[in-house]
Formats: sequence, C-alpha cells, structure tokens
Amino acid sequence: MTPTLQLFLVISATLFCIGLLAVLSRRHAIFILIGIELMLAAANLNFIAFWRFGPQPQPPTGVMIAIFSIAIAAAEAVVGLAMVIAVYRHYRTTNVDQFDQLKG
Amino acid sequence: MNSAAFVVIAILTLAAAFASATLQKLMHAALMFALTFVGIAAFFFLLGAEFVGLVQVFVYVGAVAVLIVFTILLTRRDVQDTGKPNWGGAIIAIAVFGGLLWAILKTPALFIAAPQIEALTVKRIGGVLMTDYVWPLQCVGLLLTAALIGALILVMEDRDEG
Amino acid sequence: MSDSLDQIFIRIKQLLLAPLAGAPDWVMQIASALINIFALLGVFLTLFALISVLERKILARIQNRYGPNRVGPFGLFQPVADGIKMLIKEDIVPARADKVVHFLAPILIAATAILALGVIPYGRNMTPFAIDGGILFFFAVGSTTELAVFMAGWGSNNKFSMLGAMRAIAQMISYELPLIITTFPVVMVVGALSPDAIVVAQNGYSFGVVPHWFVTTPWGAAAFILFFVSGLVESNRTPFDVPEGESEIVAGHMTEYSGFKYATFFMAEYIGMFAISGLAVTLFLGGWHAPIRGLEFIPSYVWFFVKLSILLFIYIWIRGTLPRTRIDQIMNFAWKFMLPMAFTCLVAAAVWHYAGRGVAGWLWSLAVLGIVYIALSILLDTRKKFGTRTYRFAE
Repeated sequence: MTPTLQLFLVISATLFCIGLLAVLSRRHAIFILIGIELMLAAANLNFIAFWRFGPQPQPPTGVMIAIFSIAIAAAEAVVGLAMVIAVYRHYRTTNVDQFDQLKG
Repeated sequence: MNSAAFVVIAILTLAAAFASATLQKLMHAALMFALTFVGIAAFFFLLGAEFVGLVQVFVYVGAVAVLIVFTILLTRRDVQDTGKPNWGGAIIAIAVFGGLLWAILKTPALFIAAPQIEALTVKRIGGVLMTDYVWPLQCVGLLLTAALIGALILVMEDRDEG
Repeated sequence: MSDSLDQIFIRIKQLLLAPLAGAPDWVMQIASALINIFALLGVFLTLFALISVLERKILARIQNRYGPNRVGPFGLFQPVADGIKMLIKEDIVPARADKVVHFLAPILIAATAILALGVIPYGRNMTPFAIDGGILFFFAVGSTTELAVFMAGWGSNNKFSMLGAMRAIAQMISYELPLIITTFPVVMVVGALSPDAIVVAQNGYSFGVVPHWFVTTPWGAAAFILFFVSGLVESNRTPFDVPEGESEIVAGHMTEYSGFKYATFFMAEYIGMFAISGLAVTLFLGGWHAPIRGLEFIPSYVWFFVKLSILLFIYIWIRGTLPRTRIDQIMNFAWKFMLPMAFTCLVAAAVWHYAGRGVAGWLWSLAVLGIVYIALSILLDTRKKFGTRTYRFAE
C-alpha cells in the first residue's frame, strides 16, 4: 500500500484542527501564534500534496506557493512575536483575555 | 513512496503537533513545535519537494523556533499557561475536524496513487522563481523588509517615557 | 594504478554490498547508508581524537611547553585516557533542571553536527549523502544547533548556562548571515547548490599552474576569509569563545554537564569545526582537486584531508595566538563589517562573471572589493573618537 492523496489530506486536516485547537482554546499569546503557524503548515502540506498527485508534467506551482507561504509565515511570526513582547511590556501579561482595554 | 516511512512520520508529526498545542510548559511546547516542523519537512521530502523541506527546516527550526524561545525568555513571568483552556474552542476545533474528514472521505476522486514525476531540481525551482514568479519574489522581499523594520519599531523601548 | 587507488573506498563499498546483490531495493539502500554512516563516524571520531591531542600539543608548543607526553608515544594515547576518564565520571543532573530537555540537548547537538558532515564530497565519487540542495541542507541542519544550545542553557536551570546560551545564540545568529551570504557568490557562479557540482566547477588550471579554485579570485579570497571568520564564531572558537568564557561564566551552556554528556558537547563542537572547515574546502579551496596538475596522481581524498588539516591547524594557531574579544566587539564586527563585505563579495562575483571571468574580471572585482573595504575602514574607524592623550597633574 502506498499513501494516496487522501491520506495526506487527512494528515493535513488533522494538523489544521490541532492548530485551530491551540488558537481557540489556549489563553497564552505565544500558543496562539504556534497554532497559526501549524495551520499555515497544514495548508503548505496540502499545496505540496496536490502538486505531487496532480497530472504530470506540470509547472511547480504548488511548490512555489509553499515557498512563498513559508516566507510570509516567517514574517508573520516575527511581527507577531514582536507584538507579544510589546504588549507584555505594557500589560505585564501574555494572557490574551487580559488585553481588554482599547486605550493604552 | 514508502508507506512505513509515511506511518512513522505521520505519528511523529501529529503527536508533536498535539503536544505543542496542549502542553502546559511553554518551553516544551516550543520544542515540540520545532519537532512538528521537522516532521512536516520529512513529509515534503517524501513528496519529492526536497527544497521546500530544507527551507522549512531552515526557516522554522532555525529561525521561528529560536524567536519563540527568545520571546518566552523575555516574557518570563508566564512560562506556564495558567489561564483555563476554553472548552468551547476545543469543541469547535473537533467539529471542524469532523467536517473536513467527512468531506475528504466522501470525495472518491482522492483515491489516486502518485504519478511518476521527474525530480524537481533546485535549478528548475530557481528558473521558475526568476521568470514566472519574479514579481511575487520582489513583493516577498519587500514584505520581509517591512516585517523586519516593523518588528524592530514594535520592540524598541520608548526612551522618552523611560 | 592511481585511478584504482583513487576509487579504492568505492570498490571496498561495492565489495561489501556484493553479498546483498539479490536483495530488494530498500535493503540495498539501507545497507549502503549504514556503510556510509559507519565510515563517516569512524573517520571523524578518529580525527577528533587525533585533533584533541594535537591541539593540546600545538598550543603547548606555541606557549613554550611540552604538552601531553606521558601516555603512549609522544602522548598520542592521551585521548584514550581522556575518554576513559570522561566515561567513568559521575553524571550529575541538577535537581531543579528540566530533566528531559537537559538530557536531549547533547544528543541533538551531536546528531546535527554529524548530519552536516554527510553532504561534503571527500573525494571523487565520495559524497556520503549526495543531495541536490546540499549546501542548503548543511545550513538547515547547522541552524538546529542554536536550538540545541538553547535547550542546554534552559534545561540546566543555571544562570551561567542561560547567559552562555544567550551569548552563543546571539553570536551564532549574527554570524550565520555572513556565513550564508559568503556562500552565495560561489553558488551563483557555479549555478548549483550541490557540493559535488561546486567541486567539479573548480576543475582545471589557468596558465597551467594556477588552479581554478575560487580562492584564487579576489571575491573568492575575500569570501573565504569572511567564511572562515564566521566559521570560527559558529564553532565557538577563540577569539570568539565568549559563550564559554571560562573567566566570566564558567563554561557557558555546558556548565551543568559532566561526564559523558560533557564529552558529547566537546565532540560536537569539534565535529562542527570539521564540518565548517570541510565546507570551506569544498566551496573555496577546490575540494578534492590537486593544487598542481603534476600532483594529480595522488588520490583525491588525500588532497581533501590535507586541505582540511591545514585549515584545522590555522584554527589551533589562532586559538594559541589571539585573546578573547568582547561581545559588543563581536556584534559590531558582524553587523557593520562582515555583512556589508559579504554583500560586496556577491557584487564582485557578478562583476567578475560579466567581465569575462578572465584577467579583466579579476582586476575589476578586486577594484570593487578594494573600494568598499577602504570606505568601510574609513567609516568604521573608531580612532576618530580618541583625542590625543592629555595628562592632568595635581598642582
């Protein structure tokens, strides 16, 4: 038995939902970032899997999108973590439920 | 493709991902996060996209994971997630998972094996990146520069407020 | 004759694989990989033992003493004695340590160091793990070291460990940029990310004597020096050994490790040094090519290890000669000098390429490098801040 496209999709769906679980159920800002990164990685896995199982030959579009998405995810992580640090300086906490004031 | 390798990598990746989403200690979660991305890179290797796998390890384990552990260090007061988990969120996640799984299992067109492909060389990726995707590449460069400057401004201390 | 000597290790491997001829494909793959792994480990652990005693002897000579000379002839069995001592030491784990992380850090650091060795071509047809993106693999694996160092610092739950780990990561991240950017000119000129292609591209001799190694071009020489200095930092060697400055923070991230775990860290550091030097040889010093056409009868792997040994000797020499730099000096040097110079190498390589890769290109790229070097030297001259010395005396 070789893995079919379906198995890869199941794996990536599971990863996505684990990321969603982290985003929706955790209170710590860094966990939320980890969850977002997991969801993006699941999307990347989908892109690569669809490229691999698509009719050949074809241009490596899926691979390109995955590369760009990794770059964008890295930028997102940098800004997100910088925001966590900035917010922590202000509120002395990283619990997202306590960032409930609009006026800083 | 080797099915034994697939099963091993799948178990490793999903277990690491689950651990990184649910562990109480932040540092352990961050390390598990790094392991998850190594697992996903292994999937990319299995799918014949070595370059993306290497970039993934390079960017996530070498840069993002290190950034996360640094952030944990700088916000040392909360190394444990003390807030109560939001069970509503967990239910939503499980519901979404069920929906996705139902959709995937219901689609018969997905029962396909991998076709033979020629190896995706770095040269080909470079060629495509410099011809068809040169504008997205420039935009990503601009975005990364903006992110760099933005992150620096965000974490810079306000000197006058002191 | 010389050809068969050159390929002797390949032949031996084929002989070892011959009994498995009828086996399925994956058995052959695993057997071949295992042979490669054991050969790599055997060679480099022997080299590690040898270098650890030679380093002490060379340092001793630099400092006018004898060095280890008791165990075996010329003290050559010193590593055996050291090994036995390390193995029978008590393994102490701090009571408040994060035990799992503390345990995993040395394993991760050693594993990544050994993995990085896999992509280097040691001789003709002698790359253990030939992969298309070999250089990228090297750096992807190498970047994992930072996480391992951090794990060691965090897991130990000790202020010296944490400080050492922070220093190590700060300087490793800063110098990773010049390290990677100085490989770009080579990758750009060759047009491939695989170490084998890079070595093959350095084949041939101009005027019959000057080998086509990239170090013989101005941009190659500049990139080689920058790469070598960054390599010194990445392997935490003197003069950039602030992460484990003994006089300041005990042993940095290795403070809380003893016995075999400490030995693993020590080994990983040396293997990392071998890997960086091996990559420098591959990228700039022509890999396994002979320096003179007349000497090509000597097997290729001999040339590789001769070049590697010369680089390792320079590492030891620098350690015996230079004092430790301050952390702010290291950082300033990285961001203000190394990074602009690394980018200049890229420009100089492009100039060299478009001026025809000949003598004209040589001179043009030298001019580009010279202008930027002089400009940076004037801009970064710290002596401007110093006035003439004035003396104040009590009236």
